[in-house]
Amino acid sequence: MQNRTTVERQSDRELVVTRTVNGPARLVFKAWTTADLFKQWWIPKSMPIAIHSCEMDARTGGGYKLMLSQGGGAPMPFFGKYLEVTPHSRLVWTNEEGGENGAVTTVTFEEKGGKTLVTMRDLYPSKQALDDTMGQMPPETMDETFDQLETLLGTLKA
Amino acid sequence: MVQLVRARLDASFAALSDATRRGVLERLGRSDASITDLADRFQMTLTGMKKHVGVLERAGFVTTEKVGRVRTCRIGPRRLEDEMAWLERYRQLWEARFNELDRVVEDLQRKEDDNERTPRK
Repeated sequence: MQNRTTVERQSDRELVVTRTVNGPARLVFKAWTTADLFKQWWIPKSMPIAIHSCEMDARTGGGYKLMLSQGGGAPMPFFGKYLEVTPHSRLVWTNEEGGENGAVTTVTFEEKGGKTLVTMRDLYPSKQALDDTMGQMPPETMDETFDQLETLLGTLKA
Repeated sequence: MVQLVRARLDASFAALSDATRRGVLERLGRSDASITDLADRFQMTLTGMKKHVGVLERAGFVTTEKVGRVRTCRIGPRRLEDEMAWLERYRQLWEARFNELDRVVEDLQRKEDDNERTPRK
């Protein structure tokens, strides 16, 4: 059974994603903090993105680094630090690949009746930083129709 | 939400199916222009040009702003629609991600259950 995924811009600086996952918080947390498991779901198969490597040291103060490439291009790094790792309930990490405009991500796991409500909150340093992020299409969501429209708009703007 | 994105796409393609409107977009790509400028340039009545700009505006390709008696047109989608479309795409990304996560967690659960069922010696 597939549960509902919601996305909301909760303030000028915040994006919030929620979803209930069918399983206990312990296992959901494990899938978020173990590189081998994380690699299996972070990039859905429907996306033309390859994971080259994924390193995670999921401890408070530890770091992570993800190398991704799109359409055979050069791998791009995504990296940051874990500010808080509380087993089975809470993860906080920085997103540093974009410099100082990167968000701080907080994920909470709340178990209820064997299922886990996952709430992911991206807090940007400024309204402008979130506006800029939303001014570009999410890098993972390649879609031909939108791409063509964007290319067209890009050409017109140039 | 999905309906809204689809409606926007239909509007986009309809807006681009007309040579004058494509010309207007190309012109606005170089600089902002008033409806009067555009009407002159495309040798059209003000009313005719207003209609074309309206179609482009509804499709999110153009925004207009009235200052005094002049309505200025510029290229770029309406902020709200743009934001909603972005949020929907972002939601779809996360939905796909969470569907895979469900599968990973179910696998882990199954392995645990199997281990528990294995009789211990």
